[in-house]
Amino acid sequence: MDQAKALVNREYKWGFVTDVEADSAPRGLNEEIIRFISLKKKEPAFMLQWRLNAYRRWLQMTEPRWQHVHYPAIDYQDMIYYSAPKQKKDGPGSLDEIDKEILETYEKLGIPLDEQKRLAGVAVDAVFDSVSVATTFKEKLAEKGVIFCSFSEAVQNHTELVKKYLGSVVPYADNFYAALNSAVFSDGSFCYIPKGVRCPMELSTYFRINSADTGQFERTLIVADEGSYVSYLEGCTAPIRDKNQLHAAVVELVALEGAQIKYSTVQNWYAGDKEGKGGIYNFVTKRGKCAGHRSKISWTQVETGSAITWKYPSVILQGDDSIGEFYSVALTNNYQQADTGTKMIHIGKNTKSTVIAKGISAGHGDNTYRGLIKVMPAAMNARNYTQCDSLLLGSRCAANTLPYIEVKNRTAKVEHEASTSKISEDQLFYCKQRGISPENAVSMIINGFCKEVFKNLPMEFAVEASKLLSVSLEGAVG
Amino acid sequence: MNRDVLKTPYLNAFESLQGRGNGGNPSWVREAQREAIGRFAKLGFPTTREEAWKYTNVTPIAETSFRLPSLQPQIELSNDQISPFLFGQQNWHRLVFLNGSFVPRLSRAPSGNGVKVCSLKAVFRSESRLIEPYLGQLIGRDADAFAALNTAFLEDGALVYLPEGAMIENPIHLIFISHAEAAGIVSHPRVLIVGAGNSKATVVESYVSRGGGHSFTNAVTEIALGEDAALHYYRLQQKNGNSFHIGTTQVEQNKGSHFLSFSISFGAKISRHNLNVNLAAEGSECTLNGLYLTSGDQHIDNATFVHHPKPHGTSHQLYKGILTGQSTAVFSGRVLVRQDAQKTDAHQVNKNLLLSEQATVDTKPQLEILADDVKCTHGAAVGQLEEEALFYFETRGISREKARKLLAYGFANEVIGTVQLDPIRSALGRLVFERLGDFSCLPEALKHRDQEKDLSDGGL
Repeated sequence: MDQAKALVNREYKWGFVTDVEADSAPRGLNEEIIRFISLKKKEPAFMLQWRLNAYRRWLQMTEPRWQHVHYPAIDYQDMIYYSAPKQKKDGPGSLDEIDKEILETYEKLGIPLDEQKRLAGVAVDAVFDSVSVATTFKEKLAEKGVIFCSFSEAVQNHTELVKKYLGSVVPYADNFYAALNSAVFSDGSFCYIPKGVRCPMELSTYFRINSADTGQFERTLIVADEGSYVSYLEGCTAPIRDKNQLHAAVVELVALEGAQIKYSTVQNWYAGDKEGKGGIYNFVTKRGKCAGHRSKISWTQVETGSAITWKYPSVILQGDDSIGEFYSVALTNNYQQADTGTKMIHIGKNTKSTVIAKGISAGHGDNTYRGLIKVMPAAMNARNYTQCDSLLLGSRCAANTLPYIEVKNRTAKVEHEASTSKISEDQLFYCKQRGISPENAVSMIINGFCKEVFKNLPMEFAVEASKLLSVSLEGAVG
Repeated sequence: MNRDVLKTPYLNAFESLQGRGNGGNPSWVREAQREAIGRFAKLGFPTTREEAWKYTNVTPIAETSFRLPSLQPQIELSNDQISPFLFGQQNWHRLVFLNGSFVPRLSRAPSGNGVKVCSLKAVFRSESRLIEPYLGQLIGRDADAFAALNTAFLEDGALVYLPEGAMIENPIHLIFISHAEAAGIVSHPRVLIVGAGNSKATVVESYVSRGGGHSFTNAVTEIALGEDAALHYYRLQQKNGNSFHIGTTQVEQNKGSHFLSFSISFGAKISRHNLNVNLAAEGSECTLNGLYLTSGDQHIDNATFVHHPKPHGTSHQLYKGILTGQSTAVFSGRVLVRQDAQKTDAHQVNKNLLLSEQATVDTKPQLEILADDVKCTHGAAVGQLEEEALFYFETRGISREKARKLLAYGFANEVIGTVQLDPIRSALGRLVFERLGDFSCLPEALKHRDQEKDLSDGGL
């Protein structure tokens, strides 16, 4: 495998900084800051109260330490909780009103916000630091009754929906970072698909951290009403900085009777340099609720970035015959750490869940799958299949598999399989004798290893993910 | 409730102990005991907030008051009374312990060529130096609260010492009986097995009760295997349904050694077995098999930890459980492969069969791998009997009830079938059938098995 080391070492190409004037909150966190954020957003009173409740609860909570990741203590007072590019007008208006620099940023990231240039069929909500700067195809979606807008806009224009579903899946007291997010979240995407509507295009949010010393706390809420369908994509990048930045998001999904939500993430936050300096701490709470019968929520994630990834996209299978899926590829290279997996909580009858998790560790990477399958007493005929495979590239990395299985119903059928191995010499030899170079062989094998997950991504994302993987691994293989 | 209070009876008992039995212990043992009680005082009883005890609540044990048995056992046991525990094998070597105290009258031990199978007390008196490098050293300073308690209250126990190249043909049976006529007894049985280089033996540990009274057994077994030594270790826990059983088996393996373990848990109200194996040198190998059957409101927990610090180690684990009633079972198996442990081969499987509505299983297999050139897998499954399989039996005129039992037996047989000691294998088969309920086709089924076995033996 030595030849594979010869692979060119490409840089993190999304690591540039955009020079825009920012409107920031002062450093630190207290009730004043929360009121400041709420005021900036012109939020109704209930929202402010909710934030304050969350903040007060957060103060009583302690930072969890059980996870298999290591990082120096975070100083929550040494952070900026709100930063927005200065705008001529409040709220994202038409594209002409957006700063040229920001448009160019997204252009550079390969996410042109100009609708003409967009791939047809994907609507984008672009979040820049703490605010949403643009949402494309809004009108076209509105024709079908689909609401897709920034969270701040939703709080003002669709207050009742927000009030009804906000915190219904991830309550503000859920965990330390969810509470922090609930107190200070600045923006994010909101999406509502009305009854029986199949969303005509992929919806997507692109998150970009730009300012230094800011934490990004966005909140996404997707509600799929009875019989509807939506596919949602999430992407993210950040500039290269020596200092770690915190990203603590909350994503809530609600699927009512017969509804389907497909949520895909390609996470490419800045991962830190080769010595593990800098990078994003990605501490995220993602959870979906299959509230109605025959509903389905599917998470697909490709985690290649972040210095530390710590998240467990989960599904609460409440409705009878509901389905939860989790497909994940997590890659850790250099000094990256990932503790990720899923929770499937079976409550309704005949509920099914599938978990396919692939972990790849290279360099000094530390990759942990942690999952919970819980079958409650009422969940008759629940079914789960879990498969976790780890691939180790290099002798300094680690792969851990920590599944928890709790079954309280005899009709449940739960299976878990896991394996850990490296790329075998036999596989490489086979490729080589067919004239495939070692580099190509390794990348082919890795792609094959991840195939089950990639095939669940929308097409453009699958291509992107596959490319991302080869870039992230370059120089690591050997 | 303040959990510190729960420690007090044990701390007081330790104080009063200073005045009695352990006065005969060598000074290095007494030193270790003082250290251990300090450790227990620091740790206290584990709570479900601790990861290792997440699914097993030991509060019922901690809240029940137990007393240490008197030094001179008041109860006499006859040969007939222990015969149910012997698997019909009069010729096996055996050491019998009643409420923790050695009963020489009922024991028969091999000797000669430096082999020592005797009570720890006897060794303390004569040549305690022989065991000083092992006793208490293997379990180490990071013993959990229960293991620390065991050390603190160490009065007697069993020693199996095999010098270089010693081979003992007959199994050595260590029988720990909780006589519950005087209920409320806590005993802390201790076993030390040292198998020096190239030695070979089979040790069977039985934990049983006489009578239905409640008791608490807190056992610790330390095992050290030298180069190329081989040990077959059977551990059968069949306490009555009113008792508590916590046990730790700590194994340290040297180069090329083999360790084969069967952990069978059928009894007790709350039971936990920690099996920790350290494959401390290259090319060592262990196979850990387990079977647990739970019914009523029983709770059985098996926790295994296999540590691979060195290259070319092999570990295989197969734990299976059958649950009925409102019982709960827990399996947590941790495999840790260190950076230097290249070419490690580690496999682990845990399967559970739920036969009742209210039974609960919590399983937590864990792989932690820091080396890259390894083959590690684990699997866990929870389920019930296949509808198709039951239907198949019905089409062949076998009632559903019978089919269920046969299928459940077949499930358990994957473990039972690997038991190499015939008397234990057939005893286990019978026990499983008994537990699955009265079953008329049992004798034929088992007879059939035994005949088959006899035939193949005859062929050899």
